[in-house]
Amino acid sequence: MESIDVLMLCPMISYLEQELQRRYNVLKLWTAPEKSQFIKDHSATIRAIVGDGGHGADAEMIEALPRLEILSSNSVGVDKIDLEKCREKGIRVTYTPDVLTDEVADLAIGLILAVLRRLCASDRYVRSGKWKKGDFKLTTKFTGKTVGIIGLGRIGMAIAKRAEAFNCPICYFSRTEKPDTKYKYYPSVLELASNCQILVVACSLTAETRHIVNREVMNALGPKGVLINIGRGPHVDEPELVSALVEGRLGGAGLDVYEHEPEVPEELFSLENVVLLPHVGTATVETRKAMADLVVGNLEAHFSNKPLLTPLV
Amino acid sequence: MATPNHPGNHDHQSKELPQVLVLEPPPIMKLHGDRFLNDFQLLKAWESPLPLDQFLSIHAQSVKALLTPGRYPLTRNILQLLPSLQLVVTTSAGLNHIDLPEFQRRGIAIASAGDVYSEDVADMAVGFLIDVLRKISAADRYVRKGLWDTKTEFPLGSKLCSKRVGIVGLGSIGQEVAKRLQAFGCRIMYTSRNKKPSVSYPYYSNVLELAADSDVLIICCGLTEQTRHMINKDVMLALGKEGVVINIGRGAIIDEKELVQCLVQRELAGAGLDVFENEPHVPRELLTMDNVVLSPHRAVRTPESLTAMCEHVKGNLEAFFSNKPLLSPVMNI
Repeated sequence: MESIDVLMLCPMISYLEQELQRRYNVLKLWTAPEKSQFIKDHSATIRAIVGDGGHGADAEMIEALPRLEILSSNSVGVDKIDLEKCREKGIRVTYTPDVLTDEVADLAIGLILAVLRRLCASDRYVRSGKWKKGDFKLTTKFTGKTVGIIGLGRIGMAIAKRAEAFNCPICYFSRTEKPDTKYKYYPSVLELASNCQILVVACSLTAETRHIVNREVMNALGPKGVLINIGRGPHVDEPELVSALVEGRLGGAGLDVYEHEPEVPEELFSLENVVLLPHVGTATVETRKAMADLVVGNLEAHFSNKPLLTPLV
Repeated sequence: MATPNHPGNHDHQSKELPQVLVLEPPPIMKLHGDRFLNDFQLLKAWESPLPLDQFLSIHAQSVKALLTPGRYPLTRNILQLLPSLQLVVTTSAGLNHIDLPEFQRRGIAIASAGDVYSEDVADMAVGFLIDVLRKISAADRYVRKGLWDTKTEFPLGSKLCSKRVGIVGLGSIGQEVAKRLQAFGCRIMYTSRNKKPSVSYPYYSNVLELAADSDVLIICCGLTEQTRHMINKDVMLALGKEGVVINIGRGAIIDEKELVQCLVQRELAGAGLDVFENEPHVPRELLTMDNVVLSPHRAVRTPESLTAMCEHVKGNLEAFFSNKPLLSPVMNI
C-alpha cells in the first residue's frame, strides 16, 4: 500500500508521533532548515496535515499543497486554521472536542480557587519560611460567588456544572441565548461583567471575540472581580489587563493563555492576586492520549473512506 | 490594672449584662474587634497583669460562659478554677483542644463552630486536589521563573474525572467536599465513625480498606485519640504510588514523618496540606517538592467565614443566656 505523506507542524507527545509514524510517512516541519522550501519540496505528495492549537494552516500553506485532503488538529481551538479556505477547497478539518472538556473545566475551577484562596501565594509563603514569623492574610470565599461565563459551549457548560456544586449563581453571554438552560443570559459581555464576581472566558477565538475582554469590561468586573482565561490569549486585551491588575482596578486573574505565548508580561510576576499557567488546559496524560487517538482515528477514517469521527469542516 | 468590665460599659450597670470569660482573643476578635458582643460583659483574662490562676480566682468564680479560640487547651486545671462554668463556645472547627470527657463529667455544654466553616474548608480541599493533580502551583512557579519556552513541555498532570476519592470523616466538611467533587466526575467513598444511612456513597469500616480502593484520600475528620496517626505508613502504601493525600483536618491525623518518607521515596504521588504536626514548622523536605501544595493553616480564614462566625458565636451565647437550645451543641462525645 502506498505510503501517505502527512505533514506534522510541530512536536507533539511521543505517543502521537509514534502512532502516526506507524501508519504514515511523517514529515516533520520543525526539523526543516527552511520551512517554505520544505513544503515546496513535498507539495506534490502531502495529503494530510497534523497541527495543534498553536499551529494551523493559513491560506498560503493551503494553496501550496494541491494534494491536501485533510487537516487533523490536535486541539479543540481552530483559530490558527483558515477554515474558509478549507471549505472553499473541499479540505476536511477535524478537531478534538469532548475528550478535553472536563480537563479544561477542571482547570478553570482550579484557577478560580487558586486566585481567590491564594493557593500559590500561600504555598510560596510557607516555602519561604515566612509562616514562622506570622500568619498569612485572609483570602476570599469562592462558594456562593456569582460566576459569569463567556461562551456556553461544551466547556462553558462543564464549568457551570462544577461551579453550581459550589452554590455559585451562574450567568453567561453567548452569541445567542440558549433556550434550554436555567442560567441567566446577558446580551453583552459588559453587562455580564457588571453582574458577576468571577468572569470566565470559555468561547472560541474568532474575529468577533478578539479582545472581547477589554478595558471597559475589566473596569466593570472591578477591584473585587476576578478574570479567568482558559480560552485564547487574544480574547483579552493583555496590556489593558496588566494595567488593570497593577492599578488595582481588577481584583485578580487566573491565566492559562496569553497573546504571545510563551511570553508572559513580567509585571504580573510580582502580583499575589494572579496565577499564571503555561497553557496546560488539556495537559493530562489521559486527555492527551485521548486527543491523539482522535487525531489518528480521524486520519484513518478519512483514508479508508469511512465517516470522520469529529469533523469540523 | 485592667478591669473586667467591657470598655464601653462604664455607664451601664455591668451586673445586668451576662458575663463571658475570654482567656485569649479568638481570631474573630483580633480581626473584627468585640463590638459584636456588645450585649455581654467580657472578662478579658489576657489583658490582666495577674497570672491566670489568680485572675480566675478573683474575677471568674461566678462566670457561666467561656469563649475560646482553637489553640488554647482547656484542661482540668483551668476547669477547677471555674466552678460556675456551664458553657464553652469555641470558634475552632476542631475540638481537640477541649478535654471532652472532663467537660462531659462536669456537665458543661460545648457550642462548636457548627458548619460555619464547612464550605470554605471544602473549597480549599478541592482547590488542593486540583492543584496537586494538575500541578497548578508548580506551573505558576515555572512561569514566574521564566522557564516557559516552546521547546520543553511542562510535565503533564492527571485528570480528576473517575478518580476514586476516599473521604476520611463524612461530617459537615466531608459532605461538602463530596458534593463538590461529584460534579468533577470523581467517585466518592468514605469512612467515618458510623455509617451514614442518608448517603449513598460506599462505606468502608476502616481507613486501610478505603485507601486500598482509593486514588485520593481527603482527611476531613477531627483529631481524637482514635484518629491520631490514623494515616500511617500502611495506609499510605495501600493508597499507592499514584496516590494523593489531602489534609484539611489536623496535622497529627497523619504520621508526618512517614508521609515525608513516602513522598521522598515516591511511594505517594503527591499531597496537599493545610495542617502539620508542629505548626508553623513544616518538614524541610517538603519545602522543595514540586508534587506537594503547602498552606499555612488558612482553610477557614476568609472575611465571609469570620463574619459568619461572629454571628454564630453571638447566637450561641444569646441562646444560652435566654435558656434556649444552643445553635451548635456538641452531642456525642
